Amino acid sequence: MLSLIQLFSVAWYNLRSLPERKAAALTAAVGIAGVVGVLVGVLAIAEGFRRTMTVSGSPEVAVVLRSGSDGEMTSGLERDATRTIGDAPGVARNGAGPLSSAELFVIINLPKRSTGTDANVPLRGVEQGAFDVRGNIKMEAGRRFATGRNEVIVGAGAARSFAGLEIGKSIKVGQNDWQVVGIFTADGGLAESEIWTDTAVLQPAYHRNNSFQSVYVRLTSASAFPQFKDTLTTDPKLNVKVMRLSDFYEEQSNAVTKFITTIGVFIASLMGLGALFGALNTMYSAVAGRSREIATLRALGFGAGPVVFSVLVESVLLSILGGGLGAAAAYLLFDGYRASTINWQSFSQVTFAFQVPPLLLAKAIAGATLIGLLGGLFPALRAARQPIAAGLRES
Amino acid sequence: MSAPAQPLVSIRDVTRTFTRGSENVHVLTGIELLVNDGEFLALMGPSGSGKSTLLNLIGGLDRPTAGSVAIGEERVDKLSDRQLAAWRARHIGFVFQFYNLLPALNAERNVELPLLLTGLNKAARRRHVAAAFEAVGLTHRAKHFPRTLSGGEQQRVGIARAIVTDPTLLLCDEPTGDLDRKSGDEILSLLQSLNREHGKTIIMVTHDPHASARASRTVYLDKGQLSTTPTT
Ligand SMILES: Nc1ncnc2c1ncn2[C@@H]1O[C@H](COP(=O)(O)OP(=O)(O)OP(=O)(O)O)[C@@H](O)[C@H]1O
Ligand SMILES: [Mg+2]
Repeated sequence: MLSLIQLFSVAWYNLRSLPERKAAALTAAVGIAGVVGVLVGVLAIAEGFRRTMTVSGSPEVAVVLRSGSDGEMTSGLERDATRTIGDAPGVARNGAGPLSSAELFVIINLPKRSTGTDANVPLRGVEQGAFDVRGNIKMEAGRRFATGRNEVIVGAGAARSFAGLEIGKSIKVGQNDWQVVGIFTADGGLAESEIWTDTAVLQPAYHRNNSFQSVYVRLTSASAFPQFKDTLTTDPKLNVKVMRLSDFYEEQSNAVTKFITTIGVFIASLMGLGALFGALNTMYSAVAGRSREIATLRALGFGAGPVVFSVLVESVLLSILGGGLGAAAAYLLFDGYRASTINWQSFSQVTFAFQVPPLLLAKAIAGATLIGLLGGLFPALRAARQPIAAGLRES
Repeated sequence: MSAPAQPLVSIRDVTRTFTRGSENVHVLTGIELLVNDGEFLALMGPSGSGKSTLLNLIGGLDRPTAGSVAIGEERVDKLSDRQLAAWRARHIGFVFQFYNLLPALNAERNVELPLLLTGLNKAARRRHVAAAFEAVGLTHRAKHFPRTLSGGEQQRVGIARAIVTDPTLLLCDEPTGDLDRKSGDEILSLLQSLNREHGKTIIMVTHDPHASARASRTVYLDKGQLSTTPTT
């Protein structure tokens, strides 16, 4: 009981004296705020990218590619194969037939709004069934493309990032001008970075007379997937790989997410090391500046423990303060901030929004606390070991 | 003071050697000193002669290189750091040349600090603090912060802090060294009355013959040795 009173009264006194050294204390806190801000910012990029890539991946949707391909770009399927896939057991149907869409995936160049320079945009040819297969495509403006016409609809993300994609304008694909007739959303998913058109019109434009690259199907339920997959992979006439859309997107986003995370953690570690030395420096000078006060407390009979504790409390509180500031700033600046990057699997632009989930904030503040503990520990031990008589002589 | 006096402080053959780099500095060499309960002892000597060093040994802030330091029944030189801290809190009141008040606490809080190491509750602590302020005649300044007090007032707060736990022994290291003559005299009168009227045993280091004149006995430290006459 007595030692608890000691512990808290020395810590409390120490915090009361904090205003006397507020410049150094603020410097340390700002350093830590910087680390946390950058870490949260970079991880928000990775998290936002991962979310965009996976949010639209319904487990009831499956995608079929040629076996051995690592994405739609390198895949190829003939008309016969796409029919067999649509008729496979487990595929949902409506009055018009199976819910399946044989698709073509090409890359075109358009000028970015931000820089004016050209960048890759995916242009996807789909069948009318694609809307029911995806299930989350909503027209934000305009209408769907008409079958057999040179018309496109543009994902909301692509429309924001690239110039000349307003309704009524046209884009040049191959020899012809294609008119923009609608803007669509896809629950913030990957499709919003794409431009869609009728696959039957896209085929001749790209001289792919009867071939496709992928087939998307909606299953009767998520549990129908194994049967669907087995049927196709054991069919000797087919040479395909079958994935749930969610797994496909996850796989597609892994490389980029890992890359961003690695860079982010690397940068934040370097900065964290800097902040740690900043905290050490601040606490060493705080302790040095207070050595006479500490010696006085010790002479009065206060133990070494409360002195160590008080220094640690100060350092951890400063770190939490800094961490909180950094996290709050990162949250306000980055959460929902829109950006675009290259999806390395398709070499095209993906637009996405940064995501700052609460868990990320909590982790960052925990990291800041750790910096504070480490930064306070050695100065605290030095303060406790300093001989009292010597401390009393300091002026 | 005619009652048979028990030595409260007994220092036997105490040596204190500091090592500075590769060099040994022999500050105290075979000190013998007995101080009776109720004495007011002045300790004089040239600068650097080791007065503070000796006072620190008595107050348990430092340990002798050799020899024994006993206060009452307690062999102070044998206590661990932790035991020493608790022992100081109970038995020693320190008064410093530069007051050593904590700037972030007001006078009252400064005086209350040593009481946090006792088991006293808040009400009891408040009573003791009030009594200590009364004793040093500074009740009207209790809420002031150190920087708003004069040197003499700050030293009164320092003395209030030193006596608030009613310690066995009051150790003062040049308590008037930073004060003008008038304030210094007031502090000396205060110490004297604490000694005479409240029976406090006081050991006071000083350079000032005016100060030592108030003490009941003066000893002189020079070249590591104590004597009863000044060696000039
Ligand atoms: N911790 C220490 N390490 C090394 N030398 C020390 C230490 N403490 C004191 N000394 C030395 O011991 C000698 C005596 O110091 P001390 O402070 O006891 O003298 P003093 O008589 O109180 O002097 P003053 O009148 O100036 O206060 C000095 O030479 C001092 O430098
Ligand atoms: Mg001295």
